[in-house]
Amino acid sequence: MQQLAFRLTLPILFGYIPLGMAFGVLFSTQLDYAWWIAPLMGVFVYAGAGQILAVSLLAANAGLLEVFVAMFVLNARHLFYGLSLLGQFRGAGWRKAYLIFGLTDETYSLLTSRPRGRDRQHEQQLDFRISALNQFYWVIGCGIGALLGETVAFDSTGIEFALVALFIVLTIEQLKALGDSVPVWIGALAAAAAMMLLPHAHQLIGAIVIVTLALLVQYYRARQNELAEAPSNHG
Amino acid sequence: MADTYYIAAFIAVTTLATFATRVIPFLFFERHTEHPLVKHLGRYLPAAVMALLATIFLQRSADWSTPTLGLDALVPGALVVVIHLWRRNALLSIAAGTAAYMVIQQTGWL
Repeated sequence: MQQLAFRLTLPILFGYIPLGMAFGVLFSTQLDYAWWIAPLMGVFVYAGAGQILAVSLLAANAGLLEVFVAMFVLNARHLFYGLSLLGQFRGAGWRKAYLIFGLTDETYSLLTSRPRGRDRQHEQQLDFRISALNQFYWVIGCGIGALLGETVAFDSTGIEFALVALFIVLTIEQLKALGDSVPVWIGALAAAAAMMLLPHAHQLIGAIVIVTLALLVQYYRARQNELAEAPSNHG
Repeated sequence: MADTYYIAAFIAVTTLATFATRVIPFLFFERHTEHPLVKHLGRYLPAAVMALLATIFLQRSADWSTPTLGLDALVPGALVVVIHLWRRNALLSIAAGTAAYMVIQQTGWL
């Protein structure tokens, strides 16, 4: 199982190490705090875009209320992720709190896309290992970046494309599993609309709100059709 | 000393805010797992979110100025799709697309 978890998370390894390092370098070059605060944030906060925002908030000595609101709004898309995992995490016991804590974009993507067997407990254990490995990569990246600071000699430029490629692969897998392209089109069109209408910082959450609204409309229309087809049963 | 207090409080607040966004659906919808609307979202939301993340991050990886016009990310992106449809091996598709993107970014092709 450990091997399977490692294989499934390999693309995240290639994405999280360089991205975590980017955060770490930013942290140690912009701020005066001890280097180990950067991996510590990876352990507790564990949010890519959130931690990068945190660097500018720390640099500005922002008030704590402002910090809370800014982080909540930036991560608000995660509010929608749990909706599709309610059943999957049910009965996971002590692992459940960590599974919820670890729901980054990438972990959510892996956990909702991978094939699942009948043995619920076994699948939840694998979910747990996947989540923990992903966070491990992230924390290591944050630490290396912060330790090395500017001295880090990159020519891993572009390696973070692994995450984009992962999202593309998972879209194809979702499409094949569902056998229905409508949700994929809804997602792509919502993203296009959000990118045209909204400033950079609000595009992700904007697109996810549009997607959720579109799925709600789809749901109510399907229900109305069902009711229209079977009207006499209530009479 | 004041700094130590501030950074500790800062980490506590950012941790709480991030965890709140992740835990809220489990606090408010846990009892409605069997509701048809929750099932509908559970079934279709992941596919839509994946397509959305792919679209937005692909767009952000690209250089849209002339003469590149986004090809520096669109070509590796298309390569991922083609290889994945051909072999359906996630790691191979991701490795090939990432390698192509890295070569293009580092050599300045396109």
